[in-house]
Amino acid sequence: MKKIKKLGKLKGLRLQVLPYSEVQELNIAQRVKKILGLVLENKIVILQGRLRAEEEARLIEDTMALVDHVKSFRGIELAVIEPDLKDQSMLVKMKHGIAKRLIGEGNSLTVIGPASIIKEIKRDPKKIELLLG
Amino acid sequence: MLKIIRNFSRRILQSIFKKRDNIKLGFYGPPNAGKTSLANRICKDWTGQEIGKVSGIPHETRSVQIKEKVEIKYKGKSLVFKMVDTPGIATKIDYEDFIKHGLKRKEAKKRAKEATQGIIESIKWLDDMDAVIVVIDASENPYSQVNITIIGNLVARKIPILVVANKIDLKKANIKKVESAFPEYDVVGISAKDGINMDEFYESLFKLAKKV
Repeated sequence: MKKIKKLGKLKGLRLQVLPYSEVQELNIAQRVKKILGLVLENKIVILQGRLRAEEEARLIEDTMALVDHVKSFRGIELAVIEPDLKDQSMLVKMKHGIAKRLIGEGNSLTVIGPASIIKEIKRDPKKIELLLG
Repeated sequence: MLKIIRNFSRRILQSIFKKRDNIKLGFYGPPNAGKTSLANRICKDWTGQEIGKVSGIPHETRSVQIKEKVEIKYKGKSLVFKMVDTPGIATKIDYEDFIKHGLKRKEAKKRAKEATQGIIESIKWLDDMDAVIVVIDASENPYSQVNITIIGNLVARKIPILVVANKIDLKKANIKKVESAFPEYDVVGISAKDGINMDEFYESLFKLAKKV
């Protein structure tokens, strides 16, 4: 029988799900501040939806400013999971389009966590894997 | 948002009233993808001088490097570019990674500080580009969020993009994977270090310049 590798001791992992409704009314600066505030508390944030491109850029900029100023903060790991609609029927694509208009990018999930906890996010089109440090 | 609109209007006005010259060509990508190696290869080919230093340690380029008036000729046509080589964009910087590359603690901390500032500078420069070459290491997984964020920001600013899959000289290099990650864009595979496939690169660069 194949030997099963022993799992290393996991000291604790805090996930925080951020519903789209909680960030919907916020401007770019406020959204990024909210996310980074949670990350600085060593939480892995799972945001319903995705940030716009300019928000992602702002998130990186503000992260770098924090790396510069907060001792022991090394940055973030970030990944967006989106439904793969490439091979879906027109009807499914339309449903997703309508949902997107109604609840923003609600079909996506964004994972943002401190680089000290998430060593790496491995992704390919169909899955993402969080490697914890 | 205002910046994006202003940049877009400026580009529209320029395209109507002014013949494009000295096209601002940005080199963007993650650290160690070979942005400076490619910019050096082009500058060396056409001016005889390099733009910056390269090394195996990530974040060698920590501030924007510029080379003005680089005239490139291809099949009887000539274009003048302002080359803007930018520091690699990353979401994390750990000075201990630099120590693993043999740097002393003090030196590593200094490099990390400069690297964070370089990333902020790179992002700020996005608004000033006319066209961008996104340099990706073809031996690495192309589906990284940094690549997607860079391309997303260029698309939002309506800046034409050419994706370069660099390091095709490496065994692990996989251009097909880069192409399938970015099916909407022209992807050209090269080795900036060895000068492989530069003809196809220049052809793609002139096609890119037409979109400016």
